Amino acid sequence: MDVASALRRLDVAARPPRLEGGDVFYVVHDAPIGTLVLAATREGTLVACSYDAEEAVTARLAAHLSPRVLREPQRLDEARRQIDAYVTGRRRAFDVPASPVLATPFARRVLGELARVPYGSTTTYQAIARAIGAPRASRAVGHALGANPLCIVLPCHRVLRTDGSLGGYAGGLAAKRRLLDLEGVA
Amino acid sequence: MFVGLPPFQQLVDAHWRDVARLAAAMAGPREGDDVAQEAWVRALRAYPSLTHAGNLRSWLLTITAHTALDAQRSRARRDLAAARPPEPAADLAPLRDERLWEGVRALPARQRQAVVLHYVGGLAHTEVARALETTPAASRRLVSDALATLRKVLGTGPEEG
Repeated sequence: MDVASALRRLDVAARPPRLEGGDVFYVVHDAPIGTLVLAATREGTLVACSYDAEEAVTARLAAHLSPRVLREPQRLDEARRQIDAYVTGRRRAFDVPASPVLATPFARRVLGELARVPYGSTTTYQAIARAIGAPRASRAVGHALGANPLCIVLPCHRVLRTDGSLGGYAGGLAAKRRLLDLEGVA
Repeated sequence: MFVGLPPFQQLVDAHWRDVARLAAAMAGPREGDDVAQEAWVRALRAYPSLTHAGNLRSWLLTITAHTALDAQRSRARRDLAAARPPEPAADLAPLRDERLWEGVRALPARQRQAVVLHYVGGLAHTEVARALETTPAASRRLVSDALATLRKVLGTGPEEG
């Protein structure tokens, strides 16, 4: 027997570790509107609901919150349930604690304005720019909304261009259209 | 201090099989599972205080090798306290080449860590040396002593490679 190559060949039946002690937990969720990465802190505060790829979202979580990021789907069961109910028209608001900690301070001001846009209505990039006292910053407002860490939960899909066209959406324009249709917005 | 550590789950996904292999080689397949689990818990606890994100695989395998030795020491203490003989090699049965793994587990601690990190973990001698806080030359010696012992135990002559 060649000892060295026998050592190299070693294979065992094993299973992934069961870990406790994470700081941030996430799940990749196939929602009816598209694939979402949902993440929450140990306290259960939702910090991400994103159309971005798993690698991108978890890298952001690691950099901004803690590198102890673990995939733990059951921690996000309630948030998943509410998202699915929302995008299938069975729910109009969320009651999981959520915080835009992944957003920049400017983006937080922008996202804060979304609270004034109720279900079934829309606003414009420019109106938000004016509301936060930066009337010439509608492009920056668009960027901030495009980087919304809490899509759907903070309803950036209700923001349109001044000419009434859809503008952009991280989840694709079809998803934006669908969310607006759900709310009965033409 | 921002050192750009990747999300821990990425380490788990990329390396859990290698950690399991190393733990099994060090501790046997049955205890290996517990060793791997404990190694991950230690790694997760220590992770945020790492000062650089270089060679995380080597870092994980080093923790696993140390954890296996700690487990062996505490089991030896338990066995002594209970006046039990050390666990027989029966738990090696699921592994092929039983005598080889039995031989690995009978090696002196540093030889075993070095040979397992190098061949099972695929670490270069510089990395093995870092794990064992010694020099690459000493790592080479530990590995070649270990191989010589294993060949003697298995009754095979020296080979190439």
